Amino acid sequence: MAVASLAEMARPGVDPTALTRAARWQWAEWVFWLMPLIAYFAFPQNLVFLSQIAITALFCLSLDLILGYAGIVSLGHTAFFGVGAYTAGLLASHGHGEPLLGLFGAAACAAGLGFVSSFLVLRGADLTRLMVTLGVSMMLFEAANKLTDLTGGVDGLQGITVEPLLGRFSFDLYGKTAFWYSFIVLFLLFWVARRLVHSPVGLSLRGIRQNVGRMPALGTPVNRRLAAIYTVGAAYAGVAGALLAQTTQFVAVDVLAFPRSAELLLMLVLGGAGNLYGALLGAIVFMTARHLLSDLNPQYWQFWLGMLLVLIVLFARDGIVGGLRRAARRLSRSRR
Amino acid sequence: MSAVLQTRGLVKCFGRFVATNDVNLSVRAGARHALIGPNGAGKTTLINLLTGFLDPSAGDVLLKGEVVTRLPQHRRVQRGLVRTFQINRLFADLTVLESVLMAVNERLGLGARFWRPVGAFGQAVDEAATVLQNLNLLEVAHERTRNLPYGKQRLVEIALALAARPEVLLLDEPAAGVPAGESRELFETIAQLPPDVTVLLIEHDMDLVFRFADRISVLVNGGLLTEGEPDAIARDPRVKEVYLGEAISG
Repeated sequence: MAVASLAEMARPGVDPTALTRAARWQWAEWVFWLMPLIAYFAFPQNLVFLSQIAITALFCLSLDLILGYAGIVSLGHTAFFGVGAYTAGLLASHGHGEPLLGLFGAAACAAGLGFVSSFLVLRGADLTRLMVTLGVSMMLFEAANKLTDLTGGVDGLQGITVEPLLGRFSFDLYGKTAFWYSFIVLFLLFWVARRLVHSPVGLSLRGIRQNVGRMPALGTPVNRRLAAIYTVGAAYAGVAGALLAQTTQFVAVDVLAFPRSAELLLMLVLGGAGNLYGALLGAIVFMTARHLLSDLNPQYWQFWLGMLLVLIVLFARDGIVGGLRRAARRLSRSRR
Repeated sequence: MSAVLQTRGLVKCFGRFVATNDVNLSVRAGARHALIGPNGAGKTTLINLLTGFLDPSAGDVLLKGEVVTRLPQHRRVQRGLVRTFQINRLFADLTVLESVLMAVNERLGLGARFWRPVGAFGQAVDEAATVLQNLNLLEVAHERTRNLPYGKQRLVEIALALAARPEVLLLDEPAAGVPAGESRELFETIAQLPPDVTVLLIEHDMDLVFRFADRISVLVNGGLLTEGEPDAIARDPRVKEVYLGEAISG
């Protein structure tokens, strides 16, 4: 006690551990990341589906970066996913099937598009942003639809040959390589995103989301920050698209279609925006629910999904993660 | 006399309404300058023009002799022109420390760092702590801003400005809405600012203005009516007529 107060006298002390605590990995997170490993052994018949979940989770994470952290609403995020998918697909169908090359190429192309379109997106308020993002993705969809020589149009891009990962692990029929590949890429990019949101730039993004009008008066170049995170989010989405193209060895034109953007938004709201895990959980729950419900009730599963969505925005605005947090708080309070 | 902040023929029109009418203001370095005037005189509009929150219809703003009229807000902040807001514009869900750290990070050029956690930048955390200590906010450093009483929130508003290390500090009614007891604490804090920080203050409480200011400009209907030492302003019959009335004579 005496030591602490002496230290406080020496220089004004705030406890920096309170700042770093949020940045440190918590046990619940380790448990979370064990789940995919358990799933791998528990559902060996469903590895293809599990990879799709990982890819969708990465895609959803990319939206969380721009919507949950920077507050940029988008109805056309799949533009970047699609660009990534076509980039990796075209590279592979033209004899450059090295998977990591495809990932980097996809990230670069999507980031380029993200950077350029950020200037359009940042011009306006929410409604403008919705329309601009939607418009850009619609234009890309029609372009991919019409450029049949390049993309295969509605028949999809075929003839994708993906080389073995790192020259060693070929993509097998059971989806083992695809699973590990998607999962590891998801984990690494999640780890990077997690660092980013706890860094000074992440703090300034939270500030921008909460009170964008105040930030310039703190000396923050708001538009530059937003353009940067939009570009990063686009790159992430591009990588997700590339993973889909490489693991399925096919690119359908619907990677650029509106429903994919809308579903993505739905997943993020379902999971809870602005804390990274919400994006992952939203994707997992959504994909699983669709998988199960569409088996059970192929015609009407969207009805239940719609109802779930309405209930969430009415009663649990912060999604699954918010609900879990509240439950955990109540639990720890009742234990005391 | 060296003017650190100046305007030349500054005009702002909203449609046909002239909110700022040919204002030539000059704020001396190190001054405690007050800007007074009746409601709707255009005081906040003038602050908004000075900081780049609004673009003027005509005229120029000069900071340390350089024209900054076209500079965006954050660039003026980087050059030392910092403001507070009349109405709290804070970050409800950030802690006090996090809010202040944002401003410190920008000043130290750390705002775009994306790899190490916020708490790892020791110099920034120390500087934020010093600002909080000077404003008696250290014990609420880890409180969310939304949970603070209003008087404390006004202090956070000032802390955000000080964290940017202003050379010229524009205070837009810093005590607005603060109960009388707490406003004294607020003004003691403001009075203790280092003398080399130039302060331009908008305030309604004339007692505070005359205790604090060494120079006063009177704004009426968007234009400067007069400017001078507090004594001269207090004696000026035009000022009494338009604005002060019984506050001075009574």
